[in-house]
Amino acid sequence: MQKPEVTVIDYGVGNLLSVKRGLEHCGAVVTISSDAKTILSSSLVVLPGVGAFGNAMEALVALGLVDVILEVFQRQTPLLGICLGMQLLLDKSDEFGSTKGLGIIPGSVIPIPAKTVSGEAQKIPHIGWTSLSVSDSYANWDNTILGNNVSGDAAYFVHSFMATPLDTRHCIADCYYGGHKVVAVIQRDNTIGCQFHPEKSGNVGLNILKNFVLQLEPLKRT
Amino acid sequence: MKIARLIARLDIKGSNLIKGIHLEGLRVIGSPNEYALRYYNQGVDELIFMDCVASLYGRNHLGDIISAATKDIFVPFTVGGGIRSIEDARQILRAGADKVAVNTAAVANPQLITEISQQFGCQCMVLSIAAVQVEQGRWEVRTDSGREHTGLDVVEWAKRGVALGAGEILLTSVDREGTRKGYDVELVKAVTKEVSVPLMASGGMGNPEDLISLFQDGDASAAVMADILHYNRAKISDIRAVAQKAGLGVRHFAEA
Repeated sequence: MQKPEVTVIDYGVGNLLSVKRGLEHCGAVVTISSDAKTILSSSLVVLPGVGAFGNAMEALVALGLVDVILEVFQRQTPLLGICLGMQLLLDKSDEFGSTKGLGIIPGSVIPIPAKTVSGEAQKIPHIGWTSLSVSDSYANWDNTILGNNVSGDAAYFVHSFMATPLDTRHCIADCYYGGHKVVAVIQRDNTIGCQFHPEKSGNVGLNILKNFVLQLEPLKRT
Repeated sequence: MKIARLIARLDIKGSNLIKGIHLEGLRVIGSPNEYALRYYNQGVDELIFMDCVASLYGRNHLGDIISAATKDIFVPFTVGGGIRSIEDARQILRAGADKVAVNTAAVANPQLITEISQQFGCQCMVLSIAAVQVEQGRWEVRTDSGREHTGLDVVEWAKRGVALGAGEILLTSVDREGTRKGYDVELVKAVTKEVSVPLMASGGMGNPEDLISLFQDGDASAAVMADILHYNRAKISDIRAVAQKAGLGVRHFAEA
């Protein structure tokens, strides 16, 4: 069987090597690229990202990649946004003033509350392993990217802002930080976003990457 | 519930994993990659790779070790030792690090904290502080593996570092480091009550029970351990079990 090919979009931020190694571990052949043709001809695309929302959007605009990513979405090519790459899928972010996002998933990105639900100060960024739970609009994770995981499995998060999709049907998994619900995995059509880092979340994360690399791929062929 | 992290720290000299006492008297333990993989398989939450001679000699051998580790280890890496510039940080992130820990260069040039934070995000910028107690309730910042005096107060420096853009603090008690006497909880508490970012506490873990006071009284976000793991006095799973029994929040980890 031919190995699935994944293109990781390179727009100059973050640790791309770990994303590449995680995908390779799951059987993919990985190309890191900022070339529109390469991205559009790939059967699977990953949008990584760490750092500030505004800088990332600026970089995507400067590289002419905004329309490319929108085309990936419109063509229904499986697309996985990781961490900031997930937040970029939304309409806008309030990080350092309001910045327009890719607008693939309606909603905005807002700061994680500085206080817990009981009013105590909490540490920001939210850094660490937090358990995932099934979102209200889903009965379970069967046939989703979380297919081989169970509620309670923990993934590695590091973020100060959080996505708030308008349509709860776009939410697959949540987690709780200081008692606040934080959206952890979102999906619209074949575009998926993970707030945590699957490539840094041990076997729980590798399960997710494996589902993306192996099980989502046939979707494109149908 | 707050979930505290269990982190293994690998001090490295050249291509060897080493361990010292008070960051001195270094003894060779073995291959850093072998130990890193062992801790990953035991369920460690993160790894810290620290080139402990880099800031003395101005070099860094870590790139190859980190890159090799990304092949079979899928938890976050913090990498430090000898990072002096944005370019050094970029190199080490490209090699597979998720965060860079900066101590000596940040003291010499505090602006570096802001530059790294703006360039790569605050979550990448770990302010590493080596602390030595100078009197009751007061600690001094040391650089160059704890050798050089700075005159800076640890709590004040931590606050300033966070204001400059540090997203996390790695606080090492030089007094306790390698002694197995337990964490300096008073030091940890003095810092955590003044800063809003997560703190990783390092130095002194003697037995798994030392975690309880570190998390409950010190309010640390992570316990950093070396000696207890390297000399196989406890496994990550033993330590996790002790934490769970004490009612502390730790990662749900299912062994493969």
